[in-house]
This record gives sequence, C-alpha cells and structure tokens, in this order.
Amino acid sequence: METLAMHISNGIINGPVAAAFAALALVALALCVARGRQDLDDRLAPMAGLVAAFIFAVQMLNFPIFTGAVSGHLLGGALAAVLVGPWVGALCVAVVLIVQSLIFGDGGVAMLGLNITNMAILGTAVAYLLIALLLRILPRTVNGLAITAFVASVVSVLVASQGFVLQYWLGGTTDVGSSLGGLAGTMAGVHLLIGIGEGLITATTVVTVAKVRPDLVYALRSLRPIPAANPAPVGGGAR
Amino acid sequence: MTTGGIRMTKRTGAFILGGLLVALLLAGVVSNFASAHPDGLDSSLRQGCTFDADDNIIGGSCPAQQSRDHELADSPLADYGVRGIDNSYLSTGLSGVLGVLLTFAIGGGLFWLVRRRPSGGATEQGTPAGQGAGPAQAAQAAGAGAGAGAGAGAGAASADAASADARN
Repeated sequence: METLAMHISNGIINGPVAAAFAALALVALALCVARGRQDLDDRLAPMAGLVAAFIFAVQMLNFPIFTGAVSGHLLGGALAAVLVGPWVGALCVAVVLIVQSLIFGDGGVAMLGLNITNMAILGTAVAYLLIALLLRILPRTVNGLAITAFVASVVSVLVASQGFVLQYWLGGTTDVGSSLGGLAGTMAGVHLLIGIGEGLITATTVVTVAKVRPDLVYALRSLRPIPAANPAPVGGGAR
Repeated sequence: MTTGGIRMTKRTGAFILGGLLVALLLAGVVSNFASAHPDGLDSSLRQGCTFDADDNIIGGSCPAQQSRDHELADSPLADYGVRGIDNSYLSTGLSGVLGVLLTFAIGGGLFWLVRRRPSGGATEQGTPAGQGAGPAQAAQAAGAGAGAGAGAGAGAASADAASADARN
C-alpha cells in the first residue's frame, strides 16, 4: 500500500461499470477528435502538446490542504479549456491520464474510462461552459480573466469529484450503504479546497500566458469580436 | 514544419520551448517538495479505516480496502520513480522530466497528426481570397489525414470533420 495513487485505482469500482464508462469515454473522445480538428491548426497543435505536458508536471505537485494530512493536485480541465478550448482541452487531459496510467502506474488501466470521464470529459466540459458564460458577463480585464479561470476551476473540480460519487453509487465495491451521502460530502468538502488551489494555479498560469501571448489563449481568441476585415475567426494564424 | 506555419513558427516555437522548460523545472525539481499525503480522492476512500505506520490497513471498513495492484505496477517508471535509482530526489525528478517529455511527444505528436492542414498555406495567408478557396482544400486535407492513419478515433471522425469544414 505504499503506492502513490492520485486517481481511481483498480478494484474500487466493479468491472461492468468500469467497462461501461470506458465505452462512454471512448465515444466522447472520438467526438472531441472530430470537433477538435476544427480548432487544431499549426499553432494550436504544439500549444496543445505543451498544455498536456504542463498539466502532467503540475499534477505531480501535490499541495497540502486541511491540517496537512490530506493533499490535492491540479486536475487541469479548466486550464486546458481556457488555453486550447473544450474539445482539444479534454483530449489534453485524457492524454495525461493515459500516460500516467500506462507508464507511471497511476490510476488502474481498467479504471481509465472512469478517470477520463470525470477529469477529462466532465471537468473540461463544465469548465468551458462557465468560461464561455463568465467571459461574456465579466469585464474584459486581467481581473475578469483571473476570476473566470478561478471560478471555472473550483466548479469543475467539484463536479469531477461528484462524477466519482455517481460511479461509486453505480459500481462501488464496498457497500457504503446509507453513507454514500457521507462519501459525497467528504469528496465535495475536500475537493472544494483542492478546487481553490487549482483555481489559484489556473488563474496565475492563464493570466501569465494572456500577458505574454494573448493570441494563444483560445477562450480570448474565440470570444473576441471579429473585425470586418478579417472574416476568419478560427482561421489559424490569420491576424 | 510545413509551409503553413512559417509566419508564426518562430515566436510560437520560442513560447512552446519556454513553457516546456517551466514544466521540466516543475516536474524535475519542484516535484520533490510536493506533499506525500494521500490526495483528496484517496483520503476520502480511506475514511473508516485505521492505518499503521507503514500505511497498511489494520482495522475498520472503507472503500480503499478493495484497492488492488495496478496492472503495470512493475513498469520501470511506476509510482513516479525510476527503477534502479536509489536516490529518491533523483528518481522522482528524472521520472518527472521523462513524463513531461513523453507527454509532450505523445500529445503533441497526435495533435500534429490530426490537425487541420492548410494546402499551400491558404490558412496562414488569411486573405479573403485564400479563405474562399478553403473549403474544398480543407475537405481534402481532412480526408488525407484520416488516410494517413491518425488513429481509430480520428478515422471515425473524418467524415464529420470534412463535412463541417466544407460548411465553413
């Protein structure tokens, strides 16, 4: 039991439920590839590789929460959604989870569909919905972007944690019976704090990129009003 | 890099390189100062059990009891360490560096393979005329990408992507 587990490990959720979520994740990822290709041009492709590598790095940085007996780490859905958009962003997080599972022994291979569904699909989707909404109603300032990234992170981490609770309700291998609510509450409480940590990291990273290369921030690019002279909002490097 | 990306390549390349260096520093050095306590998921699953100093369950009932070994627990990089390197700082740091490079190579490589390809740099020029000529070329490029075997998902998706391109 000395293994460093950051994701769902083998045996926690039963086989049939894990297999069902693997199928679900596969379909969702195929959709992400189909839609993501619209966004992936010569500039976004290397950027997406960087985002995946960066998420891998930051996921290794467990930060202490509570009294210090519990730690948390970035999931990365919100960061990916802001920088490379929802479709490619989900693929970035999925690549990280696949590398971690197949090469670093973190997160059971049989549990990969569950982990991808929670963190890559749910986490990124929820984050992007919030980002699209908040960037429209908040002022177009550095603070507006920071608040957007922070709120999207907190909510996406909370939703991802409840994705696990749903999976546990469907196929958890230990009968927690009436204390499923307790598990949901514990997960939500811990992940609210993890989400705050994730929010600070995401906001800092996104604001830094936006200051250096605002054109590399997908969420800013796609929401910018299109000048009449430039008819191609997603036209690669057209600027 | 092909004709399409020439104008942006240098600046974007410098940014990517800088970002990679930051990631390598985080995974290679800062990772050694990360908290070793169980994370939010793990700690939630351990609720109800008691543990001894070696982290073995000695009593109670909790979901973590059902946890089984990873299929690839014998991988040379399992648990974010490099097998054979005894120095834990070096082991963790090196595994982090390898992880960042592997993730960038695999992720970046796959994204590069399935990307939307401009023929003759039409996208990069970005002129209205270039855009006007786009749809047919884009559809072709999408077909070619699937033909190159960019992966099962990409293959299944190609028809969709091509038709969506044509609508642009």
